[in-house]
Amino acid sequence: MNSKNFDLPKSKIQLSRNTSLIIGALFFFLGIFDFCLNNFLATNITSFLPRFINFFTPLIFGVIGLHFIRIEFSGIKVLDNLNKNINPSNFNAALSLCIIFLIIFSLPPLLNWFIFDANISGDTKEACTGGGACWVYIKVWFNRFMYGMYPNAEQWRINVTFVAVLAFMAAGFFVPAKFRNYLSLYYTLILPIISFILIYYLISGGSFGLEWVETGAWGGLSLTFIVSFFSLIFCFPIGMMLALGRRSDLPIVKYSSLSFIEFWRGVPLITVLFMSAVMFPMFLPDGTYVDKLIRVVVAITLFEAAYTAEVIRGGLQALPRGQYDAAKSLGMGYWKLHIFVILPQALKLVIPGIANTFLALVKDTPLIFVVGLLEVVGMLNLAKTNPKWLGFSMEGYVFAGIIFWIICYSMSKYSQKLELKYKTDR
Amino acid sequence: MKLKKFLPQLLTLLFIVLVFGFFTMNAQENMGTRGIEFGFGFLTQEASFDIQFSLIDYDGSHSYARAYLVGLLNTLLVAFIGIILATILGIIVGVARLSPNYLIRKTSSFYIEFFRNVPLLLQIFFWYFAALRALPMPQDATMILGSSFMTIKGLYTPAPIWTNFDVFLTTLVAALFLVFLFVKFAKKKQEQEGKQLPVLIISLLIFIGLPLLTFLVGGVDLSFSFPELRKMSQSSYTFDGGMGIPPELIALTLALTLYTATFIAENVRAGIQGIGKGQKEAAASIGLTPSQVLKLVIMPQALRIIIPPTTNQYLNLTKNSSLAAAIAYPDLVLVFAGTAMMQTGKAIEIVGITMATYLTISIAISLLMNWYNQRIAIKEK
Repeated sequence: MNSKNFDLPKSKIQLSRNTSLIIGALFFFLGIFDFCLNNFLATNITSFLPRFINFFTPLIFGVIGLHFIRIEFSGIKVLDNLNKNINPSNFNAALSLCIIFLIIFSLPPLLNWFIFDANISGDTKEACTGGGACWVYIKVWFNRFMYGMYPNAEQWRINVTFVAVLAFMAAGFFVPAKFRNYLSLYYTLILPIISFILIYYLISGGSFGLEWVETGAWGGLSLTFIVSFFSLIFCFPIGMMLALGRRSDLPIVKYSSLSFIEFWRGVPLITVLFMSAVMFPMFLPDGTYVDKLIRVVVAITLFEAAYTAEVIRGGLQALPRGQYDAAKSLGMGYWKLHIFVILPQALKLVIPGIANTFLALVKDTPLIFVVGLLEVVGMLNLAKTNPKWLGFSMEGYVFAGIIFWIICYSMSKYSQKLELKYKTDR
Repeated sequence: MKLKKFLPQLLTLLFIVLVFGFFTMNAQENMGTRGIEFGFGFLTQEASFDIQFSLIDYDGSHSYARAYLVGLLNTLLVAFIGIILATILGIIVGVARLSPNYLIRKTSSFYIEFFRNVPLLLQIFFWYFAALRALPMPQDATMILGSSFMTIKGLYTPAPIWTNFDVFLTTLVAALFLVFLFVKFAKKKQEQEGKQLPVLIISLLIFIGLPLLTFLVGGVDLSFSFPELRKMSQSSYTFDGGMGIPPELIALTLALTLYTATFIAENVRAGIQGIGKGQKEAAASIGLTPSQVLKLVIMPQALRIIIPPTTNQYLNLTKNSSLAAAIAYPDLVLVFAGTAMMQTGKAIEIVGITMATYLTISIAISLLMNWYNQRIAIKEK
């Protein structure tokens, strides 16, 4: 609120509330009107003024208007709220106006591009006649963006696998209370094995009369999910072991964990992937061949495990010493102490950090294009070089951006919810 | 008891030795059968490939070591520009996120939520392949600010031409040193006598005035070469003279800055919110203006919370600059781990050097920031 001390003489001529309101509204709408005219009809009603003034007239009019509207305790609830939220001082009024102008300036062309001028019907490039986005392109290529080069007739296999894995994941929520204690075992050991078997037999195929599809043909969003799912599941236990190792009293364990963590944290993922692509085959016995996808998953897992380890270490450090002492005084050994007392508390503390690491992992998966695996972004780059569909890179990137945004945003919101749920006040 | 401590360590050691031994043995065997020799001799050989954008003199006749240096400098250039811009943008957005103004608050949180949840690689591709490709060809470009051109081939700006640049540079360093001494002196004076000198104005005067003096007495001269349109062939044009900034660099810097700034903004917001409300109220009650409260009371305390996570973001930005390889900006990864490796086939040496370089940069940045963090930490007396 504009601070007005009542012992100071008021320099402004006193106007009644309604007069200043009307004058303010008049100026404010004059400013908006001027801007709209400039923007949409390219006519400048203040062109008689010098250039450097008439460029700013909408802003000047608007600020004058908002200055008049700024009345303390006007008695009108809406107006008071408005003043408090967008119009507390002249400076803020100018900023608010800039943002309003920005919205007026950018929203109509954006909406036009997205919806009104966009084409959705048809299935050739020629169907795109409007000046807006060509969603036909996305429609035609949709299967490729989702499943990569996977044969069209076999795509039900990917869908079935995903539904099955999701069902197994959800099954954990419905187990009777008796088996609750084994849940973490289920999620860290049994679920990965089940999913691996499912993916191996269903998506790869080769047996049970299913056609063999090599991993080079996998791609699109489903590959993003496969890579992030496995890296996610494996990086968590490895990261936990590394975090414990780093806090260990045993010098060899401590320094080997430390150097492992610092090494992976110090190099960019792209060089790690390069390493898995060109250097790793040199380190294996001659003739052994490890699938590209497995090499990539291992590389990403080790990379993200180092980050997870640092996050978990933060949680371990935040626990008060008393917890360790109390558990030790009950006669618990190292493993018992950590599994039943320390880790359950520490992991609760680091939920936001872990969620951030997982988000980073999902956002890093597009990088696997450097070893020739094409997930969504890689497929986009392939599609835009197709001679039949040149010049639609914008639509593709916007589409992929929206998909990733939805995934990452919902994950971060979910982690915030988890954080609140598990918050135990000390 | 002794065994309990000894056994896990022995197992770890055994595991590490076995893994490393296995890998080296296989590597030796594989290299033997393929006739590759391990060694760094290739670094002095002629590189014989060209690099589009280089800060130092380079052409195909230089050695691989020189190509490595070009790539390293390009990486450092992107990281340096990116860190500075991301810090500025991050602080502005972070403070705006806590503004009393509803519109500003919502705009900045919209920006943060949008840009941090889209993969960086996608953003780089978007700017490079979609946004910058929509720019006009050189012959259709309109002039910006009277001298620069923004075209599909990059940004062309006037290039400064110096005479006696070294004199100017030494004076600049000397001016910086003088400002440092003066600030120290002013602080001492304030502590001893309570007198406040106009530090900012005088430092600015020294910093700007002294280098300007060299134009009068030191024989320093500055002129600009302006970019001019030149016809190359029937339908292709280019710009001569001036400074050309390639679109790869622009796209990369833009994406890195916009992406990293969201994280820095969140750090800044968390830091400011971490300061007790009482601090703000106490500062306001002794009559400080809102900007003074921010500058003198909140920020010095908030910095202690902000700096450690921001260091991580600087490291991330530097490491993320390696995504340059995806749009063919000649950074370390593209030049060295890409072209040079293709030509020499020395996979182990080259990937090793590249990783070691990034490790060194990371460690250097974290040491620098740790030093700064310790300097501003609370000194218990």
